[in-house]
Amino acid sequence: MELYKLTAHELIKKLKNKETSAQEILSSLTIRIKEIDSKVNGYVRRSKENMDSPLVRSENDSHSGTVPISVKDNICTEGLNTECCSKILGGFNPPYDATVIKKLKEAGMPIFGLKTNMDEFAFGSSTENSSFGPTHNPWNLECVPGGSSGGSAAVVSADEAIWALGSDTGGSIRQPAAFCGVVGLKPTYGRVSRYGLIAFASSLDQIGPITKDVEDCALLMNIISGYDPNDSTSSDTDVPDYAKALVNDVKGIKIGIPKEYFVQGLDPEVKSIIEEAINKLKTLGASSKEVSLPHTQYAVPVYYIIATAEASSNLARFDGVQYGFRSGGLTLIEMYKKTRQEGFGEEAKRRIILGAFSLSHGYYDAYYLRALKVRTLIKQDFDAVFKDFDCIITPTSPTAAFKIGEKVADPLKMYLSDIYTISVNLAGLPAVSIPCGFTKKGLPVGLQILAKPFNEEMLFRVAHTYEENSEWHKMKPKV
Amino acid sequence: MEYEVVIGLEVHLHLNTKTKAFCGCKAEFGKEPNTQVCPVCLGFPGSLPVFNKTVLDYAIKAALALNCKVQEYTKFDRKNYFYPDLPKNYQISQYDLPLSKEGFLDIDLDGKNKRIGITRVHMEEDAGKLIHREKVSLVDFNRTGIPLLEIVSDPHLNSPQEAYEYLSTLKSTIQYLDVSDCDMEKGSLRCDANISLRKAGEKELGRKTELKNMNSFKAVKGALSFEIQRQEGLLDEGKNIVQETRLWDPGAQETAPMRAKEGAQDYRYFPEPDLPPLIISKEKIEEIRKTIPELPKQKFLRFIKDYGLSAYDAKILVASKKGADFAEECMREYRGSDKKMIVNWLIGPVSSEANAKNCAISDLKVAAKDLIELVGFIEKDEISNLSAKVVLTEMINSGLPALKIMKENNLIQISDAKALNAIIEEVIKENEKSVNDFKSGKEAALMFLVGQAMKKSAGKANPKTVKKMIKGRLANA
Repeated sequence: MELYKLTAHELIKKLKNKETSAQEILSSLTIRIKEIDSKVNGYVRRSKENMDSPLVRSENDSHSGTVPISVKDNICTEGLNTECCSKILGGFNPPYDATVIKKLKEAGMPIFGLKTNMDEFAFGSSTENSSFGPTHNPWNLECVPGGSSGGSAAVVSADEAIWALGSDTGGSIRQPAAFCGVVGLKPTYGRVSRYGLIAFASSLDQIGPITKDVEDCALLMNIISGYDPNDSTSSDTDVPDYAKALVNDVKGIKIGIPKEYFVQGLDPEVKSIIEEAINKLKTLGASSKEVSLPHTQYAVPVYYIIATAEASSNLARFDGVQYGFRSGGLTLIEMYKKTRQEGFGEEAKRRIILGAFSLSHGYYDAYYLRALKVRTLIKQDFDAVFKDFDCIITPTSPTAAFKIGEKVADPLKMYLSDIYTISVNLAGLPAVSIPCGFTKKGLPVGLQILAKPFNEEMLFRVAHTYEENSEWHKMKPKV
Repeated sequence: MEYEVVIGLEVHLHLNTKTKAFCGCKAEFGKEPNTQVCPVCLGFPGSLPVFNKTVLDYAIKAALALNCKVQEYTKFDRKNYFYPDLPKNYQISQYDLPLSKEGFLDIDLDGKNKRIGITRVHMEEDAGKLIHREKVSLVDFNRTGIPLLEIVSDPHLNSPQEAYEYLSTLKSTIQYLDVSDCDMEKGSLRCDANISLRKAGEKELGRKTELKNMNSFKAVKGALSFEIQRQEGLLDEGKNIVQETRLWDPGAQETAPMRAKEGAQDYRYFPEPDLPPLIISKEKIEEIRKTIPELPKQKFLRFIKDYGLSAYDAKILVASKKGADFAEECMREYRGSDKKMIVNWLIGPVSSEANAKNCAISDLKVAAKDLIELVGFIEKDEISNLSAKVVLTEMINSGLPALKIMKENNLIQISDAKALNAIIEEVIKENEKSVNDFKSGKEAALMFLVGQAMKKSAGKANPKTVKKMIKGRLANA
């Protein structure tokens, strides 16, 4: 039996009924990975980590009823290299687990021994900026899987993982989930602890699930959510049982459709698929109305100022002194310079320079401070809409997956592929991307649902209802 | 040319919290290098700071004692710069919205009060310590993340002596609060100075230099004095002062420019996204205000008023809180008629003993009641001043009460006329020449006779009584 094809909740049921074992699931996955990951490159293979070495690390492997989880390379796993797919963190083996990993282990969940591929330090929308080579989209190997959690999305899509964790700073979970035809959720800022997530932009980063369906997504959120005393920005708001939100009912749900998201730049094919999905929800009892988020046009510039500013500071610690890669140099300054010159990739350097610039004396007020103010305006746009609406629906990305290499030379074009996901991070909202159709070329399209802060339940309700009444999530790529 | 000296001081204090500012590591001094560290204070990837709330309480207490306005909204910022002792390559500090500002500290200058403005008091984390060996440099991260209080004065100090007084008053004020050890040797108090000169009467400030690497209050004074001379020399020659950071070299007793950095430092401050802003309620501020004890300046004024002390004596006695409490107990409980005696003993022999041991007078093993007893014996002429000093040393060493030591060592003074009479008769008989000298008007001869009597009594006779008796006896003869 091809266990790897199943969802986590299906496997948990089988484990409970003793129809299978954790070992069988693992073997099944291993065979699958050996078979196809050379094509997908969703997992990072460092010299010492190969398919024959033990795959799973957990304090509690014997625990039944749980299935292994694959983890993005920027989430710290004790004893398992965590390098953000960057040369500069080469060999970094964290002496601690991220809080989410601790929670997963406490729940008895084995952590898969290979980390998933990503854009270096989560800088990118295509998983092309990885020191381990690009990940390929399982639906079309010539296309990108999206990014930066492209590895996690691709391995879930290609059945090389049952479920996975990603991180989302400006769309890094949702956009690859959309490109790969899987479910990806960015929780409300503060819902999931960031402790142990190697920071890109501290005020925007969140860890979240990438799964085969909405039910798995809710189950995973039940485990990883909650207040963490080690993360001062985590929230102590009660965590509801998200499984209870999985109802097949959207009657009376009011959906806002932001007009600013349905403009030039949106692929007409994607547009009609999204409209169809909204119509489906309406036939199920929801209502929709056009709304306005007037500051949408500023989201990309605001995001790239704030995110790069924080990143320039967060990445300062990679200097060759304590851990990771160190280049030579006769003086301290020379060592710093050579280490960072050789250790960081192009995109990382671009963002560090951008960020350092906007924080510089004389530019701070014009860039960073102004960006913070506009960020507040963007948040207020959403607050206003949520006064009258239960959720907002948009495309996850203006296009389906693009070709590998297509946008590498044009960073601005690449940045614009996050145009529909970025505002959510700036406003700290929860949002989920679910599969809602395919382009004529056979590439998946994602539907993005947004809700009020700490109302993930609304996302689950709407997403689950859609899923119950569609078949898109059941489609599998042929790799 | 006459110049006015303008000095501002920037003081960094270690707050003596049990744990560091943003992690649970112990904040103890002098431990084995890199034994008080964790992923957070080592700045490991993925780690996050969590603010130690005791730091805030201590910082508010200090800010209030320095008469600052504690802000109801404050936040942390990142100060970005690369240095190997700074594991994140940014320091968590406070920039545009510090914890508190607009305070002052009153200092005493030879009995005259001067008010020194405090620009701001803010919280930040300390960096590690670099240890340079022949071919390598090592980093000890034990100090990394220890909470610091930065206290910036207004440029209100006009001489090295004023700077010294400011530092002393600041130190004793903070020590009274028990929020910092203020020990420069251990690095728990560090001081940088900004100094400039301007022509007397001029309004605009001259170009300043920043002085660093001063490891004692004396060094601060020395560095400032040197810098005044150096700047005066340059200005007299019509040269410009270069705005720069200069390091004090205690060996050469001079300042020298620090190696120039590449371009101007731009710290690229921005709000620390890992820590939410702090909202401080008025109630909390008032609650902390209530825990502030009487501060040295008030105690100083009260000692003068209540115990009739001179400003000089009062300043010495209030230097430490424990010492002042001890002194006050002694002064209050002393039942002798001459209160000045106990004060003189506290300022004199007792303080000397404490200084020799580098501790407060309260840390000597002598209870207030025992010291009071000893001084009582002196006032009642039951022991000589000289012997009493010996007894005091013994009291400190053994912890025994005065009377026991006096008895054991036969140090009780003979003031009894009957007992002294025989000795005096003998001395007069044996020193006929001196007796005659005295009678013919040589006053010095009297002292010789007293000395002889003291010798005969093995030092136990009360010299004042002896002198009086000899004088009386010879006048009648």
